[in-house]
Amino acid sequence: MAEVVEVSDVRRSYGDYEAVRGVTFSVARGELFALLGTNGAGKTSTLEVVEGLARPSGGRIRVLGHDPYAGRASVRPRIGVMLQQGGFPADLTVTETAAMWAGTLTAPRPVAEALELVDLTHRAGVTVKQLSGGEKRRLDLALAVLGRPEVLFLDEPTTGLDPESRRNTWALVRTLLDDGVTVLLTTHYLDEAEELADRLAIMHRGRLVRTGTVAEVVASQPATVSFALPPSVPRERLPELAGALVVDDGNRVEVHTDTMQATLTGLLLWARDHDVELRELSARPASLEQAFLAVASSPEERDVEVAA
Amino acid sequence: MRALTTTGAPRRVRAIATAELRLLVRNRTAMFTALALPLITVAGLSAIGFGENGDLPLGALVVTMLAGFTLLYVVYYNLVSAYVARREDLVLKRLRVGELTDAEILAGTALPSVVVAVTQVVLTAVVAALALGLDMPANALLVVVAVVGGVVMFVLLAAASTAFTRNVEMAQVSTLPVLFLCMGSLIFSGVVVPADSVPDAVQDVFQFVPLTPVLDLLQLGLTGRTADGDTVGFGASFSAAAFPLIIMGLWIVNGIAALRRWFRWEPRT
Ligand SMILES: Nc1ncnc2c1ncn2[C@@H]1O[C@H](COP(=O)(O)OP(=O)(O)O)[C@@H](O)[C@H]1O
Ligand SMILES: [Mg+2]
Repeated sequence: MAEVVEVSDVRRSYGDYEAVRGVTFSVARGELFALLGTNGAGKTSTLEVVEGLARPSGGRIRVLGHDPYAGRASVRPRIGVMLQQGGFPADLTVTETAAMWAGTLTAPRPVAEALELVDLTHRAGVTVKQLSGGEKRRLDLALAVLGRPEVLFLDEPTTGLDPESRRNTWALVRTLLDDGVTVLLTTHYLDEAEELADRLAIMHRGRLVRTGTVAEVVASQPATVSFALPPSVPRERLPELAGALVVDDGNRVEVHTDTMQATLTGLLLWARDHDVELRELSARPASLEQAFLAVASSPEERDVEVAA
Repeated sequence: MRALTTTGAPRRVRAIATAELRLLVRNRTAMFTALALPLITVAGLSAIGFGENGDLPLGALVVTMLAGFTLLYVVYYNLVSAYVARREDLVLKRLRVGELTDAEILAGTALPSVVVAVTQVVLTAVVAALALGLDMPANALLVVVAVVGGVVMFVLLAAASTAFTRNVEMAQVSTLPVLFLCMGSLIFSGVVVPADSVPDAVQDVFQFVPLTPVLDLLQLGLTGRTADGDTVGFGASFSAAAFPLIIMGLWIVNGIAALRRWFRWEPRT
């Protein structure tokens, strides 16, 4: 069985508010799947039911072949979880916290090794309340990997980290992936998803709006071809080009196209035949940011906001 | 596999209990409540002649009062605060994503307070035996059942009371109903005033208060004295124990039901 996490049509409600509205995805062994979304999209609500913290109000979840809620005892020894917020007693030291957690696990790593992995060795004797936000986040990561999990759930693992710690966390996650660990993470950082994810889903208002590899998700968005015409060439002389013409002020022209090659070919042949010099010519494939923004500002959202 | 899980549970509970003990030692208020408050209360009450006119000899009186106050302060009050503090700090939520079962989380958190409470009762019994003329108990088994059952009951009541305790500060208020009722049971269950000077109606009501069966069983076990003030022998002490045991059992069953139904593992959002 290649699928380590299977989520189909899962729903979760708080009272009569439905935060997760029919979400379906799966994560294969050794893969990193990222749930990308703005705050309030429903990422944490989804992750918590996959971790088995709560029962979904609808749908079906399997983690390593078991129902994570009912089969908690079989699933938990094989997974590691980093919740969105730590949950450490303020008056324990870093080592005491990790030792407590290790004492609850079937086959933990040595505590010192786990602290070393997240670069917290020099803070081992410090109480949790004296840690910075980023250090707490790394302690959380240390606990998540302490039990040598096969599947790792990370809810916004690098929020509040400085750039260097973020890179270190990414490096650690990549090492774990190389060892065959399966990772499901949430993030609102595009670069994090681009950097780490084999596949990702963009979540918005409780639904997965796009799912696939970065390339596949980005492919849903048009590429952009832009250039400037010389003053002597009026815009009307441009040929029919595949794609939507978006004209800037002045002489800049922007074309959004799903067929960048055809658009460029048409444009460049026309320019050669008419001896026109296209200045500042550029052709950019769509970016994840573009795909993300397109989802985040989708008309559905505006409708809902007007209605609310 | 089964052997593995049974050896696993004590280890997991011990891990939580060790951390909880560290937190208890580092919390001055909780330490004072746990170590000094019951002793000060009992010493103070004895000094002003509390219970002089009661049915119990001094040794048994001191042990019974101390057991009562220990269950109230060290087990009940302390644990309401501890469970609420861990819940509000999201510690309970975090523990629940691990391998621990819910019962192990609650037991591990309770263990240090329970050990402190039981130790206090045992030490007081030793001191009472040496200095205050506490005789050999009439039925030692009932004494053990009283303490163990009392601990289980008040751990459950503490966990159930977190449902109406929003934060640690509020524990000072939310614990008052149980504390007041149980202090009333100390007064009206024949411990400090003679049983026959308490109106029957009052006695009828207070026999259902959670601390009463503990006190009844302790008196019975320590001295052979029943709730009505009669003295019975070893054999008859078992039948006299039936009613308090039933009340205790009912509180335990209800406590578990309340816990299942109302216990929250994370703060209200
Ligand atoms: N315990 C809760 N009770 C009520 N509403 C909640 C609760 N947790 C989250 N929500 C709501 O559900 C929605 C999704 O939240 P969440 O899953 O935390 O989103 P994300 O992790 O993507 O930021 C939000 O509108 C949030 O306000
Ligand atoms: Mg979240």
